[in-house]
Amino acid sequence: MLIITCPFCGPRDEVEFACGGEAHIARPLADHKISDADFADYLFMRDNPKGLFLERWRHSAGCRRWFNVARDTVSNEIVEIYPMGSLPVKTAAKTTYKTSWRRDTAAEKAATPSRSKAGGSK
Amino acid sequence: MVSRSAASGSPQTKPQRAVARIDQNAPVNFTFDGRSYRGFAGDTLASALLANNVHLVGRSFKYHRPRGIMAAGSEEPNALIRLGKGAYAEPNLRATQIEIFEGLYAESQNRTPSLKFDIGAINSVLDRFFPAGFYYKTFMWPASMWMRYEHVIRHAAGLGKVADDHNDPDRYEKTHAHCDILVAGGGATGLMAALQAAKSGTRVILADEQNEFGGWLLGEADIMIGDCPAFNWISDIVAELAAMPNVTLLPRTTVFGYLDHNYLTLNERATDHLPSRPAHLPRQRLWKIRAKQVIIAQGAHERPLVFAGNDLPGVMLAGAVRTYINRYGVCPGQRAIVVCNNDDAYRTALDLHHAGAHVVVADLRAKATGPLMRAVRDAGIEILQGHAVIAAYGNHRVARVEIAPVNDAVTEISGDIDHRDCDLIAMSGGLSPAVHLHSQARGKLQWDDAKLCFRPSATHEPSFNIGACNGSFDLSAGLKEAVRAGTKAASATGHKTTALDTPIVQSHKQSWCPLAAWKIPNGHAAGRGPKAFVDFQNDVTASDVSLAAREGYQSVEHLKRYTTTGMGTDQGKTSNINALAILADALGNEIPAVGTTTFRMPYTPSNIGAIAGRDIGDLFDPVRLTRMDDWHRAHGATFEHVGQWMRAWYYPQNGETMQQAVNREVKAARTTAGLLDASTLGKIDIRGRDAAEFLNRLYTNAWRKLGIGKCRYGLMLKDDGMVMDDGVTTRIGENHFHMTTTTGGAAGVLDWMEEWLQTEWPDLEVYLTSVTEQWAVATLSGPNAGKILQDAGIDFDLSPAEFPFMSMKEGHIGGLAARIFRISFTGELSYEINVAARHGLALWTRLMAAGKAHGITPYGTEAMHVLRAEKGFIIVGQETDGSVTPHDLCMNWIVSKTKPDFIGKRALARHTMEYDDRKQLVGLLCSDPSTVIPEGAHAVLDPDQPLPMKMLGQVTSSYFSPNCGRSIAMAMLKGGHALKGQTVFFPMLDGSILKAEIVDTAFFDPKGARING
Ligand SMILES: [Zn+2]
Repeated sequence: MLIITCPFCGPRDEVEFACGGEAHIARPLADHKISDADFADYLFMRDNPKGLFLERWRHSAGCRRWFNVARDTVSNEIVEIYPMGSLPVKTAAKTTYKTSWRRDTAAEKAATPSRSKAGGSK
Repeated sequence: MVSRSAASGSPQTKPQRAVARIDQNAPVNFTFDGRSYRGFAGDTLASALLANNVHLVGRSFKYHRPRGIMAAGSEEPNALIRLGKGAYAEPNLRATQIEIFEGLYAESQNRTPSLKFDIGAINSVLDRFFPAGFYYKTFMWPASMWMRYEHVIRHAAGLGKVADDHNDPDRYEKTHAHCDILVAGGGATGLMAALQAAKSGTRVILADEQNEFGGWLLGEADIMIGDCPAFNWISDIVAELAAMPNVTLLPRTTVFGYLDHNYLTLNERATDHLPSRPAHLPRQRLWKIRAKQVIIAQGAHERPLVFAGNDLPGVMLAGAVRTYINRYGVCPGQRAIVVCNNDDAYRTALDLHHAGAHVVVADLRAKATGPLMRAVRDAGIEILQGHAVIAAYGNHRVARVEIAPVNDAVTEISGDIDHRDCDLIAMSGGLSPAVHLHSQARGKLQWDDAKLCFRPSATHEPSFNIGACNGSFDLSAGLKEAVRAGTKAASATGHKTTALDTPIVQSHKQSWCPLAAWKIPNGHAAGRGPKAFVDFQNDVTASDVSLAAREGYQSVEHLKRYTTTGMGTDQGKTSNINALAILADALGNEIPAVGTTTFRMPYTPSNIGAIAGRDIGDLFDPVRLTRMDDWHRAHGATFEHVGQWMRAWYYPQNGETMQQAVNREVKAARTTAGLLDASTLGKIDIRGRDAAEFLNRLYTNAWRKLGIGKCRYGLMLKDDGMVMDDGVTTRIGENHFHMTTTTGGAAGVLDWMEEWLQTEWPDLEVYLTSVTEQWAVATLSGPNAGKILQDAGIDFDLSPAEFPFMSMKEGHIGGLAARIFRISFTGELSYEINVAARHGLALWTRLMAAGKAHGITPYGTEAMHVLRAEKGFIIVGQETDGSVTPHDLCMNWIVSKTKPDFIGKRALARHTMEYDDRKQLVGLLCSDPSTVIPEGAHAVLDPDQPLPMKMLGQVTSSYFSPNCGRSIAMAMLKGGHALKGQTVFFPMLDGSILKAEIVDTAFFDPKGARING
């Protein structure tokens, strides 16, 4: 069972948290005309990598706040925890963000400009 | 000096050199298989049985072969016992770990009718029917026979019987703890490491599975630490640790799980060793410990040798024999054969000799020398070098052996076979470090080609392996590792300590490198000779392993599942290395290339009761009660669970059936008035500058222009366009809304709203508060609802002009401040009256009193369902299942065409949404108005079509409607909207076929004429 350091409460047991899946999936706005296939990238496609993964967690049985976690899915090492709406700063996590296939998707480009830059969150 | 005084006339006792750890002044009486025996305080069931000359203690799993006690610790594969009676009975406990107490009651397992005469032993004669993978091979085909096979297998499977009464009467506890350093294992190195770390002031927890600390040293007589016997050193160090305030000692506590981030689970058998349990103590306690550093000092397990007949009672591990002699003062035999591939077993030969037994040593090694061999020879003990026990024979206990010279590789018999009488075989195949916890925590292993064992290499979690579990079998080396680990671990937790002097160990100088000899030849062709067991608990033989390899099971994980080796309660502690070495041999491969199976928790079986703790019965899940609950109970309500809530289901009167009661309640709500406790509805208070904008994005319809004091029904979608919840939300003020959700959806909807606010729209200023439990709600419905409110003392005008449908007013009712919502889930004139939760019961009783003259009738959730179904109103979660869009529900009217965005908008435009075979909501009228089609029944268009039939969809709601005078139903049918007017059929399990017409869902008052009473 992981120890996750909530940015607002400090280190707590995993049982207090809920994992919200992959982070930095920018939500395309409904009025943008992107194809169903491009929209599916946002709606359905999720990564499941062996290695470093950027994911959203929430302190659901604590302060109820959402935040981002860069976690190695093999070793369970938590490389970085950073606020919602921001990008990681540690090199490995930064690389994971930059090299994601999502950066080139029509779905991400159809998101609010500020969101897509900050890596939105849904 | 202790000489164990005779119990039950046992002849097998002699004075020992060391002080045995039993108290001869404290005799203990116990019962095994109906016979009474006497042991002493400090005995395990195993040692006490051996002292009473009882060697046959169980029957084996597959062949029902007689089995005895092989080990002295938790690795015991054979001596599994059912302990206790009735509800207290527990199967499959290891006799080697059960501390005896006065009145202990134990039974052997897997025998019918008795241990000595077991009819299942016929399996032993039919053994060619039980090869590796026998279940897979035997019970494969034809599939139609499976039902019969399953009965046979279930009857044969498993060793012990569970308790006769399944309601475990014992109490279990759970506790959480944090520490700087957890030391797993309280043998010599664990004690030393704990002391070293604790000297720094760091917080240490030391846990050991035995009743006493000291580990294997408790069973040794020939080791001095400092200038005194090892045991004195142990008691000194335990006393020192016990006196330190920063140290917690947990005896009888097994560290059984090692999970991520140094989270470990321990099972403390708090009172299992007591004849009766003090009321203030649980039977067992589950510890969940988070440690900054972990020091693993689990020790090692001795391996059996794989020779024919090695499973007979009286064949024991050499180290265990020493433990029985030295720790328990019982010599398990008088004519002993020691058979080994290493030096260590020579110490057993010496201890047996000193205990008065006649000893012969058969050493697989042709040329072994050293001080231990000299000492054994000097004692006059016969040593046969380059010899092996190739077979052991006996009925219920070993009686004689065949010993033969073998070649250097121990693959062939190289001379004449000699027969010897014996009553004990002490075997030793070398040591396997207990790498279980290290491996559970995903530490890596490496093969040590000299010591012939896997030992830890890299750790994954912040941890240290020390002593025998690290492959450091030499005590001096282990103690040095302990000092080093203790210092380093303390320093890693921010505590400084200077290294203690490692105590001087005086013991026989010996080599720890055994001879590789995994399968001892018996002169027969493969699979022909008597059985040589690899896995004793699962009855897996050496030839089973070889056979599996020949049949293509070359992965060790496949071998395990095919042969079942390494399964069961011991998880192959004594068998795994032998099995994979024999597999490697059969494959012509190296052992490290074959690898090990995955080590999983628990290390030893853990009681489910301890894992459940107090979270059972009433404490399993909280039960939520409304403020009106007392009234419902006092008035005979029947209840149903709705999530965690207990809701009044219906209120039977004068012996009414459920149907009669529900009919009466439903009728009353439309003819006079009904009163429903709706307090469980989810309620969320929404405030902030952007509250209206947020609702606009959250719901499918428009919210910005909703007037203050007005209510609106809303549908919430997931971003895939599927309905997730619905409810009425009311504007209390410009920037203040009151949202209601379904009872079951309340928590999920709040989560959902918070998620969007925090992750997608952090620029919106909105504050959410769950107020479900702050408001008590009574829903008054029916033509007389207005009159009842008047009589109950409402302080504002109820006329539809002043208080129209879909509006909210704040006022008082009978002096109670209330928010009253004119909304309706029944289609009748209806008021949802919200008062502060503490006034809930007062409101309810006042309404009931005021309504008496107007025919007020309390109704429960069942009548509520019927009433809404009569109107064709959906229930999210009943009509919907996460794959239903507003269009499927004929609710396009609530989906805005003009809003630029809302959650789910883009998904509703996906082309798949236009498929005409989507399941759509329809009404159904059964051709027989008195028949209620079962919910879940599947519809077909043609009941005569060949199987499998083409299914259209299923009935989602179905009731008898007293107001319609007939049965009604709703269903989700493929392309249902286009099927209106057609007939569908429902083939039932009993062969009958129900018939129904597809209609609109509004069964009653389709024009909504009754909404103003
Ligand atoms: Zn928090």
